Amino acid sequence: MSGVTLFGLCGAALVGLGLYGLICHPGVLRKILAFNLIGSGVFLLFGVIAKRGGGALAAAGTGIDSDPIPQALVITGLVVAFAATAIAVALLLRLVEVGGRGTLEDQAPASNPPHQGPKP
Amino acid sequence: MSMALAVDAGLALLILGLGLWIIAVRSSFAAVVGFITYGLVLALVWVRLAAVDVAMTEAALGAGLTGVLLLGAAARLPAEAPGGGPSAGLRVLVAVLCALVAAALAAVVLSLPEPAPSLAPLVAENLPPTGVKNPVTGVLLAHRAIDTLLETVVLIPALIGVWALAADRAWGARPGALTPVPSSSALTLLAQVLPPFGILVGIHLVWAGADEPGGKFQGAAVLAAMWVLVVMAGLADLPKVTSRLMRYTLVLGPLVFVAIGLAGIWSAGAFLALPEGYAKPLIVTIEVVLTLSVALVLGLLLAGPPKERA
Repeated sequence: MSGVTLFGLCGAALVGLGLYGLICHPGVLRKILAFNLIGSGVFLLFGVIAKRGGGALAAAGTGIDSDPIPQALVITGLVVAFAATAIAVALLLRLVEVGGRGTLEDQAPASNPPHQGPKP
Repeated sequence: MSMALAVDAGLALLILGLGLWIIAVRSSFAAVVGFITYGLVLALVWVRLAAVDVAMTEAALGAGLTGVLLLGAAARLPAEAPGGGPSAGLRVLVAVLCALVAAALAAVVLSLPEPAPSLAPLVAENLPPTGVKNPVTGVLLAHRAIDTLLETVVLIPALIGVWALAADRAWGARPGALTPVPSSSALTLLAQVLPPFGILVGIHLVWAGADEPGGKFQGAAVLAAMWVLVVMAGLADLPKVTSRLMRYTLVLGPLVFVAIGLAGIWSAGAFLALPEGYAKPLIVTIEVVLTLSVALVLGLLLAGPPKERA
């Protein structure tokens, strides 16, 4: 087994791990972290495909060691993932400000301070 | 060869271990610290995959800026009540299903076609007319310029989305998520000494990105980090969200990109096509103005919605 395949399997495992965290963690911040884990697993799969795409050519002595197109897509993806995370964090902080807690659990709303936001 | 494989196996184990830590650890703060470490180790994996441009982006954006954002959020969260979430039985079911998803992906990885399909020769063939030597920059700004254009445009709605979460009476104030740390001489010194070097590194990354690994996103992330450092040390204040100058700078990059793209219809026969002989100066122009706009957007996304100061 080559190192590249190893990283591919690692990417697959990260997607599974992240998916579990996204579903099972009640805290929103933990869900955001888990979602980023899924994203980086997917990016890693892109990287493996890019490296494989260059592998045969590198062996043929062309001086190319990787396919630049998936790599460019991953760079685009990383920037968009950051923007999405920033929105998610802003939503979470607003949720804390208005509702007083950072989870999506249904709890008795007794401890919620009456605050400016609209009550559901 | 086996030495390289040992390094790869070590990195893969480290990544998986950190991934488990991020999901399993109890405290949110510890999970965020784990995520930052994870991003830095992942950057090494990208180097092993011959993707140095991606490694830089991952280290600067994925670990660095995202780390600051998440640490700030973790510090503002109320204390977590233990427990919560689905019941133990449901968790096991979810774990099994997630393992199935991972197994399916792993099966796909193991059955990828041999020899691997690749567009690398096509890119190599069509790189000389663009005048740049870094194939990733060539793809981002010449071959797949439409993706890059949409991406830089989409950052602005993201910022509008963040600003839209401001409380009504806070509108027009300065962004409030990066409150200066109470005076600490070490941080002040760092914020005075580091930015000159950081700004140089950022400019170098953009300039070298035409021919070597690097580029506007990596450079912009470093510039944004320097800005955030100065703001957090209390040495400078963020602009108000109503500032005209800031808004013009935000849209300058995408506007120049669109203008050059439209000019391509007339000069080279297609939207975003670059006329022969002028490709490199145009690519460098787009890179420079986009760096400014992207650095500003990244910094403002970190700075959060406007907030009234006490």
